[in-house]
Amino acid sequence: MADRKIVDAKNTFCPGPLMELIANMKQAEVGDELLVLSTDEGSANDIPEWINKVGHEVIESSEDAGVWSVVVKKIK
Amino acid sequence: MKILIVGGGMGGTILANNLARKMRNELKSGKTSITMLSASDKHMYQPGLLYVAVGKMNPSEMYRDQVSLLEPSIEFKVDPVTEFNLDDNNVKAKSGATYNYDIIVIATGSRTHAEGTPGLAEYAEQFYTEADAVKMYKKLEAFEGGKVVVAVGVPHKCPMAPLEITFMLVDYFKQRGIWDKVQLHYTYPIGRTHSLEPVAKWATPEFERLGITYETFFNMKEVNENVVMSEEGTEAEYDLLITVPAHKGMQVIEDAGLGAGGFIPTDRKRLNMEGRDNVYVLGDTTNLPISKAGSTAHFEAEALSENIASIATIGTATRDYDGKVFCFIEAGDGKATYAMFNYLTPPDPKAPTAGIHMFKTAYNKMYWASARGLL
Repeated sequence: MADRKIVDAKNTFCPGPLMELIANMKQAEVGDELLVLSTDEGSANDIPEWINKVGHEVIESSEDAGVWSVVVKKIK
Repeated sequence: MKILIVGGGMGGTILANNLARKMRNELKSGKTSITMLSASDKHMYQPGLLYVAVGKMNPSEMYRDQVSLLEPSIEFKVDPVTEFNLDDNNVKAKSGATYNYDIIVIATGSRTHAEGTPGLAEYAEQFYTEADAVKMYKKLEAFEGGKVVVAVGVPHKCPMAPLEITFMLVDYFKQRGIWDKVQLHYTYPIGRTHSLEPVAKWATPEFERLGITYETFFNMKEVNENVVMSEEGTEAEYDLLITVPAHKGMQVIEDAGLGAGGFIPTDRKRLNMEGRDNVYVLGDTTNLPISKAGSTAHFEAEALSENIASIATIGTATRDYDGKVFCFIEAGDGKATYAMFNYLTPPDPKAPTAGIHMFKTAYNKMYWASARGLL
């Protein structure tokens, strides 16, 4: 299984979960998976939107007790 | 107890001064020592760079002698660390000296990583060093009109900088009487004009009122002469490109393998390096998902100074860092506002006022009292 790094952005507002993901994506290798944890409801939409624009892949997205978990894979 | 502070920026300086006051008796008796190692004998007020870049501050106003900011009981050395030996509780420095410690605080800061974006250093202006800010001002001075693009890398120091430089550019061009010859285009990495939603809700209508065009989901991929390309597949043509480049931690942190990108994995409440109980991290050096800003380092240093003093005297820490950040936002037209938040409370910025701008202008001078740990 590919490396799955956790980006724990729960209870943070700035720079926020998507910006943290972008920063971590730069350090990741192609094929790596990253799990973003967020308490920002908007993450369920803006992370997939960015991932699709850039051409990476959303593996799964779920919510449990106010924490959104989004798993993405670096494709290029 | 030997306390070693690596880095003489905002966080390290406030921490050292607070500790020196809290542990006056221990320092006097020789039971405790505080040593600071820095790469420079000067301390720079980094927010001043924004003003230097638009000709509103002379570079010399940004500096004080570091030793003049420190309590006399602190041993200060200009001797940058070259090697961290955390298992042996010592560091080696450029002079060849080895410094032992019982507790170490790493506050080495961050730096721009322009080379990570092809063409950026060659074609774009930036303002995160004195030389770059002066160069940018000279470029602005020679600019007679055309398309100005603002582009932003991730991560970056000072989350308000992209908006502030944009609004300050509007003022600059208006004051020169060439605003009607300028098309200002703002780009931002995520799907709104600022990472803080309430700030974006204020900034976006301001852009529309001022005639500033904007594009979101724009992450710089490559810069060529007169065009900047995004990771998202779009491009923006420019006559003048103003950038907030992506940042990294310091090279020595990367070389020591302390953290990817030079950012050290840090506990968000106790500020210890993950897996180490006598290694603490401050400010931009942490990998915490919070703003890389002077105020972050300031509030972290306040919490950490209480904890280190408690550890030294009663053997345990007494408080958590709550994620507090306070950022002024220069809004142009002689006005400013601010955003204040922590791990649990979101920001609620108010409409910009002349009063807050005046306070920010005053803070540009009051900073030195803040660095001394007096404010």
